[in-house]
Amino acid sequence: MIEIIQTYWVYFLVGQYPNGPLGGLALTVLLAALALLLALPLGIVLGLARISPFRVIRWPVTVIVYVVRGVPLLMVIFWAYFFLPSVTGHKTDQFSTMLIALVLFDGVYLAEIVRAGILGIPKGQFESARTLGLGYWRTMQLVILPQALRHMLPSLVNQFIATIKATSLGYIIGLTEVSFIAAQINTQVFTHATEVYGLLALTYFVLCFGLSRFAYWLEQRLARRVAHLQPLKATA
Amino acid sequence: MIRFDQVNKWYGAYHALVDVTEHIAKGEVVVVCGPSGSGKSTLIRTLNRLEPIGSGTITIDGEDIHRRGLDVNAFRSRIGFLFQQFNLFPHLTAIENCTLAPIHLRRLAPAAAREASLALLDRVGLAHKADAYPSELSGGQQQRVAIARALAMEPPLMLFDEPTSALDPEMVGEVLLVMRALAKDGMTMICVTHEMGFAREVADRVIFMDHGRVLERATPEAFFRRPEHPRAQQFLSDIRTPFAQAA
Repeated sequence: MIEIIQTYWVYFLVGQYPNGPLGGLALTVLLAALALLLALPLGIVLGLARISPFRVIRWPVTVIVYVVRGVPLLMVIFWAYFFLPSVTGHKTDQFSTMLIALVLFDGVYLAEIVRAGILGIPKGQFESARTLGLGYWRTMQLVILPQALRHMLPSLVNQFIATIKATSLGYIIGLTEVSFIAAQINTQVFTHATEVYGLLALTYFVLCFGLSRFAYWLEQRLARRVAHLQPLKATA
Repeated sequence: MIRFDQVNKWYGAYHALVDVTEHIAKGEVVVVCGPSGSGKSTLIRTLNRLEPIGSGTITIDGEDIHRRGLDVNAFRSRIGFLFQQFNLFPHLTAIENCTLAPIHLRRLAPAAAREASLALLDRVGLAHKADAYPSELSGGQQQRVAIARALAMEPPLMLFDEPTSALDPEMVGEVLLVMRALAKDGMTMICVTHEMGFAREVADRVIFMDHGRVLERATPEAFFRRPEHPRAQQFLSDIRTPFAQAA
């Protein structure tokens, strides 16, 4: 076990970098972080579109959400991998392919979380903002979303954790993220599958657990700042 | 100032406002009363376009407020509206509730907006609660902050939709006190309320509604002493002796 770690830890962390492309855990973290950062705004936009008063906006987005949500992520990745180049005319690299697939897939899930969060805010909040003369967008930005996002936090974290783990699907299009690297290591030291994959599992767990703790810290901090909103836990 | 002309409104098949024709002058304090479901809340909600109308026209200072192309936001910012449930923004402090619209709509500098809003909170007796969140305030205090928030846009007209109905009895007085002061300062006010004492003392006129119709309009003295319409007589006797029918 120690021997495997000593031999392969650099490979595990960064792949063949700096002699080759960046890979391993660094690539996984980079992919997950970018996916989260890009998916959240997309999710908010799609979520707002889902409750738009205008049918021309609401209907197409609803269709997109239903379709993307109705197929496995693996299928979305294949689409991005094979379909995108045939449209754009040039080959997309694995990283971009995976990023696009993740952002789209997460975007539609986040859209539903955002939609639920907004619909959960009492109608009176919307009405009183409008009676002050705030427009639709200002109302969303200043009154509704700040409250809704806080309520959404646990669901958002759930989705973000799913995203971190979903980066492992990059394996099937040959993206050298951490699962791919682990499989490589396993073929080289093929009597130690338990250790290699145990270590891989632990790595994912640490990432996800870290995010959970960060979210919890954020929740507590918001709860302190806004004393009236009860910390989100079950009432005794 | 405000003119309702043959206003009708339907919720599906339900006729919520029936041929309402009414005129309210600048500086007038009008109390709208009537049994629940009589259309009184609907009436004042049509005045700032929270509710659309089916037919007829409503004009304020000669301008048709339900016409297409009206700048709704600019129009609404000139009308203060108070809700039964206060509807303060729970993620903002009392003072931030007050400065939100002035900062974002009138482009006031935050410091100037804060100063102006502090003066308003002082006017409703809550300057010392400026940095409290709504959850830290009682119902009566929340409603007074809501009044200060509405005043922050310096509206010439204030609408009150049962502002004291959600309050514990001991808090009703403090809100009515602020409303009285507003009336004395010459604010044009339309109040949907069950506070008959307030109506009698402050109102220039009482409008009685039932089933979407204005059945009676009178001075408070006349209305409370000798209501003309049988429904108004019934309503007042129900208020005064709630158990009369059952007995």
